[in-house]
Amino acid sequence: MKYVDEFRDGELARNIAANIAREATAASGYRLMEFCGGHTHALSRYGIADLLPASVRMIHGPGCPVCVLPIGRVDQAIRLAREHGVILCTYADTMLVPCSDNLTLMRAKSGGADVRMIYSTQDALKIARDNPGRQVVFFAIGFETTTPPTAVAVKQAATEGLTNFSVLCNHVLTPAAMHAILSAPGGVALDGFVGPAHVSTVIGSKPYEVFADDYGKPVVIAGFEPLDVMQAILMLIRQINEGRATVENEFTRAVTREGNLKAQALVEEVFELREMFEWRGLGSIPHSALTLRPEFAEFDAELKFSIDYVAVRDHKACECAAILRGEKRPQDCKIFGTVCTPHNPIGSCMVSSEGACAAHYSYGRFRDAA
Amino acid sequence: MDKVKPNYSRPLDFKQGRVELSHGSGGRAMAQLIAELFTADFDNAYLAQGNDGALLPQIAGRLVMSCDGHVVSPLFFAGGDIGCLSVHGTINDVAMMGARPLYLAASFILEEGFPLADLKRIVASMANAARVAGVPIVAGDTKVVEQGKGDGVFIITTGVGVAREGITLSGDLAQPGDTILLSGTIGDHGMAVLSQRENLTFDAPIVSDTAALHGLVAAMLDSGAKLRVLRDPTRGGLATTLNEIAKQSGVGMMLHESAIAVNQPVEAACEFLGLDPLYVANEGKLVAICAPEDGGRLLEVMRAHPLASEAAIIGEVTEDAHGFVQMTTKLGGRRIVDWLAGEQLPRIC
Repeated sequence: MKYVDEFRDGELARNIAANIAREATAASGYRLMEFCGGHTHALSRYGIADLLPASVRMIHGPGCPVCVLPIGRVDQAIRLAREHGVILCTYADTMLVPCSDNLTLMRAKSGGADVRMIYSTQDALKIARDNPGRQVVFFAIGFETTTPPTAVAVKQAATEGLTNFSVLCNHVLTPAAMHAILSAPGGVALDGFVGPAHVSTVIGSKPYEVFADDYGKPVVIAGFEPLDVMQAILMLIRQINEGRATVENEFTRAVTREGNLKAQALVEEVFELREMFEWRGLGSIPHSALTLRPEFAEFDAELKFSIDYVAVRDHKACECAAILRGEKRPQDCKIFGTVCTPHNPIGSCMVSSEGACAAHYSYGRFRDAA
Repeated sequence: MDKVKPNYSRPLDFKQGRVELSHGSGGRAMAQLIAELFTADFDNAYLAQGNDGALLPQIAGRLVMSCDGHVVSPLFFAGGDIGCLSVHGTINDVAMMGARPLYLAASFILEEGFPLADLKRIVASMANAARVAGVPIVAGDTKVVEQGKGDGVFIITTGVGVAREGITLSGDLAQPGDTILLSGTIGDHGMAVLSQRENLTFDAPIVSDTAALHGLVAAMLDSGAKLRVLRDPTRGGLATTLNEIAKQSGVGMMLHESAIAVNQPVEAACEFLGLDPLYVANEGKLVAICAPEDGGRLLEVMRAHPLASEAAIIGEVTEDAHGFVQMTTKLGGRRIVDWLAGEQLPRIC
């Protein structure tokens, strides 16, 4: 297929793999974090581990929107649907995240709550227009990629006077998570980042320069196709070998240094920084997430329905927190593949196909058996 | 009084009329619906008996019986509709047992208010599919539920067939070393239905592959190849079907991604929606597992049949205590092809 097959070509992959094998000679090895779940998924789905030498170790990062959402945030969504009788619109992956009282959004739906799976914020707006007598809440999650569409929806609702539409805002910020990983005491040792693809189309490559300049970590922004990821790995190895730490862009077909200024302005207009936001695994991080500006307060479901955030501890055997910090691998978790499977997930990393545990379970667990 | 026609009732209005609760009541309205629609279209001597059941001739051999409920939404999609789908689905289930399908029965659950014109279209499509396949619909039932309690039409079909002598096909018969064949491209039906859904409109020309496969199966059995398993990869797609077989047989599998064909619009639509064609439903494809020495011969026979011209050998059965279905990727790596977790696409057939 045009513009897809080109980035999945087996022969090109073998060429890049040969270069990686030839150049990855540092005795200390290469500990590279792929930030995004999209990269984790590509690595697993295409079996890229088989094409990398033992000296290159990929460490999964926290860039999976569903994974970093703490239980208390999904609890809020469930409370809205069950106790306030709203139509709760959500992207599919959040439906299966286990939360309090042995519930998921899917189970709440089976129990009679009106939870609807949507593909775009426009679907949620349509549901609001079609159901003027009901309150409709869009459960907004995700990094900078999904934030502009939410901003568009809020502005549209304001223009149309859709008083029955609101947003439960959980949009989070990528650079904040990278800071948290690098500054965690006793955190994972890293030699470089495979930088976000879609997020960077919005925010550009500039926000990562601090990680190269201040932390001395090379960053190579990469697309989500397997050849993108492999090329980025090669570029990181070259930087490390040469003792450089800069931000490089493998994904030039979509990412510029400045990013999408129009989208940034839209987000700036609708959202402001939250003082504090709790992430699964990374804890409470100041200025790491967004909330609606006071001008758009009537579309803020947290205010509209007065639902406070209540922090809830993860399942005590679940290692999602350490896995999201890159400190543990999925197979290091005692319940991985036994109690916790994609069919019956205990932690959020086993839910989304971008989650480290789900990706390893679904595509790579034969490696543990061998 | 001589104007009264003793046995007259106004014919059903197939242009403007709608299903009413009385059409499922067991009374005269139901008798009329059956006579003017079902019996007329399905048109065979067994149904015309008009009894509580069809009295069928004696059959020699082992019987195969299967049943399948159809709840697809929307009811009409590119390449087919719930009517022909309900015929093909059950014929295929019987055929996958190495059997020749002989008779079908159909049960309709209709929602009050459903347009009779649409019902007529669906019944005509079923009748045509049954006629083309040479498998008559010999018994049926109609129920009507109140408006809001159904979703237009649900159709449950049951099929009876007779297994070919000396042939036993079963999901637990795959052996390490066996060859795995696939009759054509994957994902066509699921993406045809999905692309028609109201909240997901895109113009990709994707047509359902819905088809009756008993002719293809007969040709494969005629070849004399040592077949062990036949299965049609419907809901859950190819990946789920192969995992079922691996589990039943206590074996593993190694597939080759480059051998599994996907039509380009299907690939594009899956890419766009983040779906994996390995998990998308098919309604006119089959997976065959046969003894390794017969793989080439079976492939030739399949490719000679119009419903399997793109057939391919897609992998081998392996010895594996874990029962993993694995695949070598186009990129040169290896991955697991796991069971489908959760529901990728509800109401696809």
